Amino acid sequence: MKIDCTINGSPTVLDVSPMRRLIDLLREEMKLTGTKEGCGEGECGACTVLIDGEAVNSCLVIASQIQGRQVVTIEGLTPRSGLTPLQESFVRKGGLQCGICTPGMIVAARALLDKNLEPDALEIRTAIAGNLCRCTGYHRIVDSILEAAELERSRLSLVDTAPPDL
Amino acid sequence: MTTEVEFCAPKNLAEALEFLALNRDKKTWILAGGTDIMPAINSRQISPLAVLDIWGLRELRILEQHQRHLTLGPLTTFSEMMQDPRIGQTVPLLREAAQSVGAVQIQNRGTLGGNIANASPAGDVLPVLAVHNAVLELRSAKGSRNVEFNAFYSGYKQSVLKPDELIYRIHVPIQWPQQIPYWRKLGTRQAQAISKVAIAAIAEVRGGILQDIRIGLGAVAPTVVRAKKTEDTLRGRRLDNRLIQAAGEIIQSDICPIDDIRSTARFRRRTTTNILRRFLSDLKLAHRGM
Ligand SMILES: Cc1cc2nc3c(=O)[nH]c(=O)nc-3n(C[C@H](O)[C@H](O)[C@H](O)COP(=O)(O)OP(=O)(O)OC[C@H]3O[C@@H](n4cnc5c(N)ncnc54)[C@H](O)[C@@H]3O)c2cc1C
Ligand code: FES
Ligand code: FES
Repeated sequence: MKIDCTINGSPTVLDVSPMRRLIDLLREEMKLTGTKEGCGEGECGACTVLIDGEAVNSCLVIASQIQGRQVVTIEGLTPRSGLTPLQESFVRKGGLQCGICTPGMIVAARALLDKNLEPDALEIRTAIAGNLCRCTGYHRIVDSILEAAELERSRLSLVDTAPPDL
Repeated sequence: MTTEVEFCAPKNLAEALEFLALNRDKKTWILAGGTDIMPAINSRQISPLAVLDIWGLRELRILEQHQRHLTLGPLTTFSEMMQDPRIGQTVPLLREAAQSVGAVQIQNRGTLGGNIANASPAGDVLPVLAVHNAVLELRSAKGSRNVEFNAFYSGYKQSVLKPDELIYRIHVPIQWPQQIPYWRKLGTRQAQAISKVAIAAIAEVRGGILQDIRIGLGAVAPTVVRAKKTEDTLRGRRLDNRLIQAAGEIIQSDICPIDDIRSTARFRRRTTTNILRRFLSDLKLAHRGM
C-alpha cells in the first residue's frame, strides 16, 4: 500500500504493508531509532510520537492510519546540533538515568507544552501518566518539565517585547 | 504476519459496509483507534484474517446536538469527549468517564465505538450509556437498525452486533437540569488502570423524595449492568438513613462479581455497597431542607 504522509516535516511516500506498525516503520524503514519499544501494548509510552500534534503510542498505530497525517518523532524535536531547552532541562535537572523512557517523555512533554506553556506539577503528572520510568522516580522529570516551561515562557516574552524588525 | 490478511481502508462508508458483507464469514476485525485490538495482535492473542480500518472515515466522526439527545459518531475519541463543550454540557458523565480512562496517549486514540464493541464489563463509558438509556444505531449494507444500549450485550464479551454490521451512531438522551450526575471509578492507580468497580448514576430529588434514580455498574458482572432492584427500591422513597442502609444491601443482589487479576469478588462487593451509600448520603446532604 502506498502511504503519503509527512515525517518530521518531510513529505514522505512509503510503500509498505498497511498493517505494519508505525513503530516498526519508523525504526526499520526510516531508521529513526530514537523511538523505543517497551511493552508493545500501550502501557509504557516509550514509543510515544506526535500525530497531527497529539501524543500517541506508535506501537498501537498501523501504517494505513498515517495516510495524510503529520508524524513527529524525537528526532524531529531535536536540532541538528545541540539540544532544545526542554532536552537541556532534562539533563540539568536529572530527568533521566538509563534514558530508555526519555524520548517518549520528551515527546509527551512537548505535546503538553504546545497546548499549555504554564502547566502546574499536577498537569505535568497527568500529561506523562502514560509514560513509565523505572529509574528516576518521576520527581526530577516533573522538575525538568517545569523548568523547561519557565525557560520557554521567558524566551517567548523576550520575543514579544523585542522591537518589530521592519 | 500480515501477508494473508484481507485488509481494507475504505474511502467511504459504503465501501466499508460492502467489505463487511463480503467477508462476513471471516470475522472481520473492525479497527478504530486500535487500543484494544493492537495490544491483542502484538501479544498474539488474536490473528485477524480480515481487517477493516475505519479510522479515516469522516462519516463516523460526527457530533450533533439535538433538542433532547446528542448523536455521536463511533470514532469520537476520549479526548474529544473530555474537551468538546457540547458533550460536557449535555452529558457530563461522558466527560467524567473519558477523563478516567487510560492516559493521554490512550485518550487520543481510544474511541466510543471501540469501547462499546469491545464489550468488556469494565469499559468505562458503558455505565454512562446504561444510565442515559442510550440507543445504538447499527448499520450494514442492508440498512440500519436501532438497538437499546441496555439490550446490546448478550453475555460476557458478547453482543447482538452481527458480523456484517458496524456501530454507526450512538444516540444519548441529554441530562436535564434537575438530574444530578455521579461518577466514581476505582482502579489500582489513577492512570492506565482498568476499573475494579465503576459506578455512574443520575438522580432526581424533590422535597426529600428520590423521584428518579438510575445506577449503572461496571466490572461487577459479566456485562455492564443497571442496578434494577436497587433502583426500584429507591424510586419514590424518602431519602433517609434507613433507606440508604437498605439500598447498600439490596445492590448486592444486582451484581455478581468475580475474582480476576485486578481484584477480588469480595472487594468488589464491599466497594459497590460503600460507593452507593456514599453517593446517597452526599445526595441527602445536598438536599437537606429542599
Ligand atoms: C494502556 C491502556 C489503558 C486502557 N485504559 C482503559 C480504561 O481506563 N478504561 C476503559 O474503558 N478502557 C481502557 N482501555 C481500553 C481501550 O482503550 C478502550 O476500550 C477503547 O475505547 C477502545 O477503542 P478503540 O477505538 O481503540 O478500539 P479498537 O481496538 O480499534 O477496537 C475495539 C473493538 O471494537 C470493535 N469496533 C471498533 N469500532 C467499531 C464500530 N464502529 N463498530 C463495530 N465494532 C467496532 C473492534 O472490532 C474491536 O473488537 C485501555 C487500553 C490500553 C491499551
Ligand atoms: S511500546 Fe508502545 S506503549 Fe509501550
Ligand atoms: S530513565 Fe530509565 S526508565 Fe526512565
